[in-house]
Amino acid sequence: MTGRIVIVGYGMAGARLATELHARPGDHKVTVLGAEPHRAYNRIMLSTLLAGKVDEADVELTDLAGQGADVRTGTAVTAIDRAARTVRTTTGEQIGYDHLVLATGSRAVVPPLAGLDVDRLPDRVVPFRTLDDCRRILAAVRDARTVLVLGGGLLGLEAARGLAARGLDVHVVHPVGHLMERQLDPAAGAVLAGTLARLGVRTHLGVSATGVAVSPDGVRLDLADGRVLDADLLVLACGVRPDTALAAAAGLTVERGVVVDERLRTDDPHVSAIGDCAQHDGVVGGLVAPAWAQARVVARLLTGEDTRDRYRPPPGVTRLKAAGIDLAAMGELPPPGVAHAPAGDDGAARCEELTFADPTRGTYARVRITDDRLTGAILLGDNPAVGTVIQLFDRGSPVPADRRALLLGRTVDPPGGAEPVASPALMPDATTVCRCNAVSKADLVGCWRAGARSVADVVTATRAGTGCGSCRDAVAGIVEWLSGVDPVEVTR
Amino acid sequence: MTDGARAATTPGRTPHEAATHCPYCALQCGMLLSERDGRIEVLPRDFPTNRGGLCQKGWTAAELLDHPERLTTPLLRGPDGRLAPATWAEAYARIVTGIRDTQAAHGRDAVAIFGGGGLTNEKAYALGRFARVALRTRMIDYNGRFCMSSAAAAGMRAFGIDRGLPFPLADLGRADTLLLVGANPAETMPPLARYLTEQRERGGRLIVVDPRVTATARLADLHLQPLPGTDLAVANALLHVALTEGWVDREYVAARTEGFDAVRRIAAGWWPARAERLSGVPVADLEEAARALGTARTAIILTARGAEQHAKGVDTVSAFVNLALALGLPGRPGSGYGCLTGQGNGQGGREHGQKADQLPGYRRIDDPAAREHVAAVWGVHPDELPGPGVSAYELLDLLGTPTGPKTLLVFGSNPVVSAPRAARVERRLRDLDLLVVADFLLSETAAIADVVLPTAQWAEEDGTMTNLEGRVLRRRALREPPPGIRTDLRILADLSAALNAPSAPAAEVVAGDPSYPFLPSRGPLQPPDAPADADPRVVFAELRRASAGGAADYAGVTWERIDAADGVFWPCPDTDGPDTPRLFAERFATPSGRARFHPVEHRPAAEEVCAEYPFYLTTGRVLAQYQSGTQTRRVGALRRAAPEPFVELHPDLAARLGVEEGEELRVTSRRGEMRAPARITATIRPDTLFAPFHWGGAGRVNSVTNDALDPVSRMPEFKVCAVRVEKVTP
Repeated sequence: MTGRIVIVGYGMAGARLATELHARPGDHKVTVLGAEPHRAYNRIMLSTLLAGKVDEADVELTDLAGQGADVRTGTAVTAIDRAARTVRTTTGEQIGYDHLVLATGSRAVVPPLAGLDVDRLPDRVVPFRTLDDCRRILAAVRDARTVLVLGGGLLGLEAARGLAARGLDVHVVHPVGHLMERQLDPAAGAVLAGTLARLGVRTHLGVSATGVAVSPDGVRLDLADGRVLDADLLVLACGVRPDTALAAAAGLTVERGVVVDERLRTDDPHVSAIGDCAQHDGVVGGLVAPAWAQARVVARLLTGEDTRDRYRPPPGVTRLKAAGIDLAAMGELPPPGVAHAPAGDDGAARCEELTFADPTRGTYARVRITDDRLTGAILLGDNPAVGTVIQLFDRGSPVPADRRALLLGRTVDPPGGAEPVASPALMPDATTVCRCNAVSKADLVGCWRAGARSVADVVTATRAGTGCGSCRDAVAGIVEWLSGVDPVEVTR
Repeated sequence: MTDGARAATTPGRTPHEAATHCPYCALQCGMLLSERDGRIEVLPRDFPTNRGGLCQKGWTAAELLDHPERLTTPLLRGPDGRLAPATWAEAYARIVTGIRDTQAAHGRDAVAIFGGGGLTNEKAYALGRFARVALRTRMIDYNGRFCMSSAAAAGMRAFGIDRGLPFPLADLGRADTLLLVGANPAETMPPLARYLTEQRERGGRLIVVDPRVTATARLADLHLQPLPGTDLAVANALLHVALTEGWVDREYVAARTEGFDAVRRIAAGWWPARAERLSGVPVADLEEAARALGTARTAIILTARGAEQHAKGVDTVSAFVNLALALGLPGRPGSGYGCLTGQGNGQGGREHGQKADQLPGYRRIDDPAAREHVAAVWGVHPDELPGPGVSAYELLDLLGTPTGPKTLLVFGSNPVVSAPRAARVERRLRDLDLLVVADFLLSETAAIADVVLPTAQWAEEDGTMTNLEGRVLRRRALREPPPGIRTDLRILADLSAALNAPSAPAAEVVAGDPSYPFLPSRGPLQPPDAPADADPRVVFAELRRASAGGAADYAGVTWERIDAADGVFWPCPDTDGPDTPRLFAERFATPSGRARFHPVEHRPAAEEVCAEYPFYLTTGRVLAQYQSGTQTRRVGALRRAAPEPFVELHPDLAARLGVEEGEELRVTSRRGEMRAPARITATIRPDTLFAPFHWGGAGRVNSVTNDALDPVSRMPEFKVCAVRVEKVTP
């Protein structure tokens, strides 16, 4: 099969592809070129790193250096020569490939703000994207008390939550009227803002920033409504942009990302692209699950394990889970109000929506069901069925007949079999009291009728309570009831 | 509970009592058997495992002693194809001729042995010796491969030793947090639940991981209900949380373990939301479980068949062992990792040589030093010992094939019901030239045998069993076997003699030497004409020598010592030295003395659901039945409590299928189908079906299960496969 495989980029996607290739047999030689100087690390844990709960070693991922793969960190690719099938690196080397995989990821967007030189950010203004960014943020907050986060999307809120966990006073500035507008509706955004407030994160919504001023004492952010916010540090979380410069320079088709087909191939059959830098079916990445699914497909194709494998985008699930915040958002949710299509018998899709909101306790749930399948959901706060909801959405399985289970938990009704009842008198005769020895209430009553008059008598005769022992209170209760009721009633 | 026609014990010895243990599961509850006027009564004893409790199986165990279906004479399959009574001489002649013919035509390995985890230590040991010395075949394995082999392999690679619980059971009752993974003791070993009750009454937290809301899950403070086959991801996510929350015991990891960095990096890739999506277990529950384990003063993690019976069972157990090690549990008083062994002698049965790769004392058969030691005990040259054979399912799947065994002897097992892909295994068994089954009832496997040998039951034999704690116990005979019935040891000794196999010198020496220090004088229960190595005391004495110096060292265990102290925990190398209730206090049994982390990644089940087979099937047990049901299906009270197989399904799925409670369902996989009535319950995931495996015939769920094997333990994937389900319309 393909002999020399060169992966450009050693982030979540590139490292995963190297692992997937390593796990498969074949005599392919894998070279990974990572611009960052670090071993592979888990970007998802960076907010935990910001929170100070782990150190850098804890965010390292399984690394193939020394296990057959040639992993070169601190080595960026400067050019691709597609005709010669080589890449040139910052170390001046030329490395030949039989197949090249671009996994260059994305870069943080630095917004055009008055007073900010995009190419020379001051120490007090740091984007939140890489491990080095985290180091800069952590260096800057050592003596800080107040932090501004520009951007109320997923990344901005993760940064805000991490920094708030250090005891910092955190303000999030977001130009849209509610938080995480790509995933949440306004009501959910409002509940989330309330949750953040309880965690020490204040939000300033519907207002854009216009300028930045940095002084030795701090950083000042000018807002469009005339307000001015002062802080020790400004964290930029204004989105990311696919890193396509290398691909564009090599003449590959680039739109928002490097355009790939369902085999993750660019328009050069010897070049693939995966992860945040790739654009498949008009969609650019940003989440780990699709990037890893792509890595798997490429590995299967390149090693010949399954040459007919094709990339099918996994359903998109956004999950924000940090101490005090539990948010899951997935699928399509039309704006509230237009959600209820008629439950038609005219062949149109039958749509339902379940909603629940308890803003005081920070709980919000909205689940959309189309033709008995879960097609969208926002779950915020304490939603015990969140795992079930995600699996139903992922797998397209039919939703529970009793829809309450989606909001309230796994099982609504008590499981079948014997459940405690208030009085033995109300217990059906056939109820099993002692499972270990298959003793029913009727057996205990029969034993009483036959002359047993104490718990010990009943236990000896029926063996109730002699197994796991957990029914001994129930047996005693029934004996007590039997000794208290009219014998006629018992023998009725 | 006899038919009253015949005294239960020899005249002159009545009334009689025997303090023994239940014949069924690995809990080995203490019980007192007493015989009065021909009736045998069972009473629970206050023993450390059962504290005076017994489940219905134990209470009714004696009903099989004089059961009308009990085999009382050897059976030979005649030219008419039917089994008919025969004498022992005829049966032995048929077996010995068959063995000789098979080996002459196809070589030594063409005769195979299949053992069982319910056999006493003496029998398991004698079976291994019989295979290696009398038959000189490498083809021996046993049904324990279908039981706890995955936990055994994971325990070996982490701790250097495999003892189900490395601490006494009583520790469970005092643990602050107890995590049970794929374990349902409230159903499978009910008296153990007394410890769970105690634990909760002391304020401890019980967490259960199971795809079903089992009787045990209902006792739990927190129940994680993952998709079958995703336990490994759950374990890695729990470790991830422990890392991010700072609950990893860094000091312990540095001082007592090795290999953590590789495991830490894998755990870094298992943030809880990833495991949630795969398993369906909410992140909040994963965090809560990790917190309960990570912040507890004492915590115990136990796995059982639910986690282990997978094609990735060893790695799944390793993931939970990794978690236990990262939290600093193993070797810390009151804490640790353990496996709940299933079969009565599941522990001892895997230590003394009925495993394909093993010699007594948990020695490896490919270790030259081990071969030399054991060969010396057996009076043979080490080069004469065969090498490792193949695992249970591989052995069964070779039977009757051109390169496979042509003759098989089965002791204490019923693979026609209990093996995966059972219809195929049944065909293989039928393809044999000679199938010999030793049993006391006509099991489904015995029913297709060429020779059936009637054997003694538990109340008619002496010996030792090693329970789930590694506690060596005494099985004590109440009475002699009925006339015409022989013990397994006697059968092996007779066949050895008939094959002119060398008798172990140890047996001769100890039998002939009344001063042999560990051997009590022969008792009245051994018939005077029986060969010396049919005497369990003689065999045990030899076992002790063979195990001496091995991982499972029984050299210091004597029957008297067991009698004096509620059992003896191995390893126990010296008769005047201590036994070992708790392992790992100072060091682990690895060369470095440190426990080894093992980096393990989740991988999908061998068979995932698809359009054609859209549901998961998982299998398990019910309270009133045991294993393949040969015994318990013949006990009236148990049959009434659990009369027939069933398929458990969620009400939503039942509604979509249009099935009512009790209507017949057909469950089909790529390997076969089963039919059984529907049992509709909300305690199961809507995407999963459950069926118990205690029945043969049309209701045999193992016709459906997957024979994909774990690459290390060779455990079949009983716990998950893809099926479709439909209503059977009459």
